[in-house]
Amino acid sequence: MKTRNNKAWFLVLPVILTVSFTAILPLMTVANYAVQDIFSPTDRLFIGMDWFYNITNDPLIFNAFKRSFSFSIQVLLIQIPLGIAIARIMPKSGWKASAALVMVAIPLIIPWNVIGTTWQIFARPDIGLGGYLINKFIDFNYTSDPLDGWILILLVDVWHWTPLVILLVYAGLRSIPPAYYQAAAIDGASQVAVFRFVELPKLKRVLMIAILLRFMDSFMIYTEPFVITGGGPGEATTFLSILLSNIAVGQFDIGRAGAFSLIYFLFIQILSFLFFTVLTLQERAEVTKAK
Amino acid sequence: MAEIRLENLGHSYDGGTTYALNPLNLTWKDGNAIALLGPSGCGKTTLLNIISGLITPSSGRVYFDGVDVTESDTARRNVAQVFQFPVLYDTMTVSQNLAFPLKNRGISKDEISKRIAEVAELLDLTKYLDERPLRLRSDLQQLVSLGRGLVRKDVPAILFDEPLTVIDQNFKWTLRGRLKELHRVTKHTLVYVTHDQTEALTFADEVVVLNEGSVVQSGSSADLFLQPEHEFVGFFIGSPGMNFLNASITNGLVVLNNQEIGSAKSFGGQNLDSGSVRIGVRPEFLTISNSNGLPVQIDRVENRGGYQLAHFELAGSKTIAKLSNETKVASGQSANLVFDQERTYLFRESQLCGRLVSKVS
Repeated sequence: MKTRNNKAWFLVLPVILTVSFTAILPLMTVANYAVQDIFSPTDRLFIGMDWFYNITNDPLIFNAFKRSFSFSIQVLLIQIPLGIAIARIMPKSGWKASAALVMVAIPLIIPWNVIGTTWQIFARPDIGLGGYLINKFIDFNYTSDPLDGWILILLVDVWHWTPLVILLVYAGLRSIPPAYYQAAAIDGASQVAVFRFVELPKLKRVLMIAILLRFMDSFMIYTEPFVITGGGPGEATTFLSILLSNIAVGQFDIGRAGAFSLIYFLFIQILSFLFFTVLTLQERAEVTKAK
Repeated sequence: MAEIRLENLGHSYDGGTTYALNPLNLTWKDGNAIALLGPSGCGKTTLLNIISGLITPSSGRVYFDGVDVTESDTARRNVAQVFQFPVLYDTMTVSQNLAFPLKNRGISKDEISKRIAEVAELLDLTKYLDERPLRLRSDLQQLVSLGRGLVRKDVPAILFDEPLTVIDQNFKWTLRGRLKELHRVTKHTLVYVTHDQTEALTFADEVVVLNEGSVVQSGSSADLFLQPEHEFVGFFIGSPGMNFLNASITNGLVVLNNQEIGSAKSFGGQNLDSGSVRIGVRPEFLTISNSNGLPVQIDRVENRGGYQLAHFELAGSKTIAKLSNETKVASGQSANLVFDQERTYLFRESQLCGRLVSKVS
């Protein structure tokens, strides 16, 4: 029998206070904005849930949502298999392993807007090395062709974030005891079978984390499209975050932006929560089975 | 099932500076159970992995039934190996685990289910066949691992790398018995690595004792116990281990504590050269008598229930005699020590060189 002692709540109090000021209060401010139409700091009108109806029926926002969602799916479809493939062929020990790790980690330590600026110049058809070279073979202009803009942003995200997947998977692979590979060799397993029956099951947890992180981050992508394409050409790379900042700090439509942020926030929150719940439930099922 | 022959086999992990396994020659008869016994780091697992093909030896050849397999990889050698802890495919059921080595070798479905049923029967796993191995106790998991080693009929040998380490002490006996039974039924050549002398001595037809990368002796359990050819074998096997006493040989006579206690005979029968020598005698082959023998002062007597251990110092070495319960002996008492004629050996440079023959006979 555990003894219950409600005094323990006092120990949580400092955290609650800190979180209140850093997260809950700002969020409540946004919630406050979301129920008003604000023309100026002195001129405002309470309008209840109107912004929420407005936003859920706004084709502009719905299109941005579709863009963000399909971008995230494409990011996952490319980065997860690519990350696994690279992690599998990376050297396993010695100086080569260290060198490979450092090289892979470089994109992760570059400031995000530096990455944006670098690629923006690199991919330009007139003065960028990459853009110039690729235009020798095909027409590629991310400033005018919507598809090219999309591809460039996707490429930059792959370059920037696949390393995270690689590092996670690499760590996961290294933690598999060599006996598993030896047993597979003795059982005459092919390379495909080794991956399917030894590595993949052992990587499951690490991959779940990688998918969760990459989904959340790519769904909130902002800096790269902001710096490289500014949401264009046209609206090709106007993701939810870009649209939101346009409404909030471009048009200063604070009320509408507030409602938008709340929905955006809730969507990510719910998706992550569902993902996390499925993950832990599955794990718990496995543990109870083990007993 | 095959005869395994190792020729000048040696291995170095660092390109020849130090040898994890010094070059050795061994031949193991087809269908024998062989135990590789030695302390951690003696090279026994290296030797096992060379036989299974997980390691390519730096020197020497490996022959299965006279065929050189040194360069063949693990899959081509077709051996089975069971590891120290259960190595299982988590996403497969027990029966899929058992089927895996057969499926990879393109064996027909009917044959596979027949083999699984047989092995499951043998290991008492039938009722767990549809379970995921993760749900099973660790000893059952190790049984599944074992089963994966046994499903293939055509293997030249089954190798075990300390397979009972994770198993609960009580269950160890059961499993060991089952392994022995398996060996009797299947007649596979089994190679079993262990650092546990009881395990090795009870399991194997032939025990290979390794120390610091070299084979010090290879023979039956009785050979190792009754006539150790190396001081290490005397010390490592037996509980307590062999007593060693520093003595010397002068003109064919063994002198211990300035006292002639007998003559030194090599196994050819002739006397050994003069010089220092170590007498090795197991506690089991020391008795005390009240009439004649070497006078000693008993320090301490330890009663172990079925027998008693008398501790005393002789020629500067701590010595133990294992005596029957009937022997009247007490701490602090003086006694006369008698060496067993047949079982008192002489060692030079750790190697067996002869035995002690009492001069009064």
